[in-house]
Amino acid sequence: MNSTPPSLFLARSNLQLLIDRLAEQGFEVIGPTISQAAIVYDRISSVSDLPQGWTDRQAPGEYRLERRDDDQLFGYVVGPHSWKRYLFPPLTTLTTADLTTNGWQMRAADDNPPKYAFLGVRACELAAIRVQDKVFLEGAYVDPVYQRRRQNAFIVAVNCTQAASTCFCTSMETGPRCRSGFDLALTELFDGFEVEVGTPAGAELLRQLPTTSIAEQQLADAEQRRQQAVDQITRKLDTEGIRDLLLTRLNHPRWEEVGQRCLSCTNCTMVCPTCFCSSVEEVSDLEGQHSERERRWDSCFNLDFSYVSGGPVRRDIRSRYRQWLTHKLASWIDQFGSSGCVGCGRCITWCPVGIDITEEVAALRKEAP
Amino acid sequence: MSLASTPTADPWGYHTVRIHEITPEVADVATYHLGFDDSAVAAAYRFQPGQFNMLYLPGFGEVPISLSADPRSSTTWAHTVRAVGNVTQKLARSKVGDTLGLRGPFGSGWPLHTAEGHDVVLVAGGLGIAPLRPAIYELLRQANRFRSLTLLYGSRTPDTILFEHELPEWSQRGMSVQITVDRASPTWSGHVGVVTLLLDRLPLSDPQQTSVLMCGPEVMMRFVGKSALARGIPESQLWLSMERNMQCAIGLCGHCQLGPTFICKDGPVYRHDHLAPFLNVEGL
Repeated sequence: MNSTPPSLFLARSNLQLLIDRLAEQGFEVIGPTISQAAIVYDRISSVSDLPQGWTDRQAPGEYRLERRDDDQLFGYVVGPHSWKRYLFPPLTTLTTADLTTNGWQMRAADDNPPKYAFLGVRACELAAIRVQDKVFLEGAYVDPVYQRRRQNAFIVAVNCTQAASTCFCTSMETGPRCRSGFDLALTELFDGFEVEVGTPAGAELLRQLPTTSIAEQQLADAEQRRQQAVDQITRKLDTEGIRDLLLTRLNHPRWEEVGQRCLSCTNCTMVCPTCFCSSVEEVSDLEGQHSERERRWDSCFNLDFSYVSGGPVRRDIRSRYRQWLTHKLASWIDQFGSSGCVGCGRCITWCPVGIDITEEVAALRKEAP
Repeated sequence: MSLASTPTADPWGYHTVRIHEITPEVADVATYHLGFDDSAVAAAYRFQPGQFNMLYLPGFGEVPISLSADPRSSTTWAHTVRAVGNVTQKLARSKVGDTLGLRGPFGSGWPLHTAEGHDVVLVAGGLGIAPLRPAIYELLRQANRFRSLTLLYGSRTPDTILFEHELPEWSQRGMSVQITVDRASPTWSGHVGVVTLLLDRLPLSDPQQTSVLMCGPEVMMRFVGKSALARGIPESQLWLSMERNMQCAIGLCGHCQLGPTFICKDGPVYRHDHLAPFLNVEGL
């Protein structure tokens, strides 16, 4: 194992070169940009596509973009998108079937995804990608769709220098510091970035950029900015013994109570960077000669998610919320060896009625009256 | 950060199979004998009793169906299907010679080796006899390895008893077969009532050396489990086959979860004590 190379300084005026080099090497660069009053992840080609001078204010059921009093490029946290929409697309054609003179012939659908470079991946999101790697790549079956996208992805992480009120990555031990899972990691300073190298591929790219050695004072500044994010995190989720706690409280009255508030809208599962449930639907032509299997994101909050002949197994919202929360925080550990929650807070922000997973766990910890 | 590619067979890949024969069983239920078009695939295909295939009817969709015949068959593979939904109703309208897609086999099988030397009791409810039938063939073939074989089979009415014509042969080969119906007909002279009652009354020479394999509606299996435990059969010798919505069969779509398990890849056959904490929770 080589020792980690020292970090370097990349001037802000040279960030464009990072994007350009990636594009020249055939990567489709995806990064944060503003759309519909939110910071989303989309194709970018220029530093000017980034949400320069913007920040986000988040609270349960609330998300607003606001102007910053500086021109930081990464001065916000995570929005409604996560990188899963690129690694595990919301809609994929899995197979095609054609009726021939020799009956139905099936084959894998053409799938030639671009090589993605992700710019601006936060620590909680690196953890989420790690979680989905376990789901899609490290079990008994490998998902070829995820694998094709994941194996070529280049990841430029960004350390958070601030936190939202909904963040709780420190409880889940996933952040805010990016420690592994990236090719390069940036910490945004006033006039540039501290750049850390995570992989040989990252080092190779960095060699092609005009970097300078980094001064002690810049390192101290970067550390102070990263500490600011830690200090701003106030939300906590107590994970002590959580697997046994939740799986032995399946009849706790809190499920009924939260089931009364939950709209079963599926927002939390759509914004969650680790939720992986999908449904497979049949899409055929009108003549019945050609048909395709389409996989789309699904949610355990949908009534027909648990449908078997005889009706759905989880008929009420109470049981569907219980499925989501116990899966995320408890049975995920049995299935994949880690929590399914990375503490990003998206489910709290994007819940239309502001249900807070940390508050629900705290309530479930209290013995039923 | 990139990951090294690990080449694996595509779990979404289908083989074309052809309907070689259709055996009508009872109302709305038929057995479809499917053969692979590709002889190399046919030669390599193996399954364990209790496993299932995903059957794909293009234009309609895909359903998980247990294999229902002898695991040592070598030309066609039997699937016993009740026409209840969109896909299975389309299958019911299919003819010999029609093609469909098949992925599989998937899931866990009946662990027959753990029952060696035991009195083996199979408890089936309705169509639940289909996933047990491959185990029955295997048990009968190796009958000398087991102390006794008993089948307790509950059917809704005398008209819906599956594989009725085979039951005399199973008896002849040494399996004690007892049947009960929920609703009798005027000509029915056998047992009436739930299948659990047959288990309650079954003489057990040594509960500690008894294994129970059950498949049927969940409520049936709950009560069979209770009855078996009350009779002193160790929970580690009770096995059940579960059903949930399944769309991928490879533990990736999330639909079939029950507590910490995916029915499609950890099941459908489970040891009772592995599922017990989750069997009696409503809506789990």
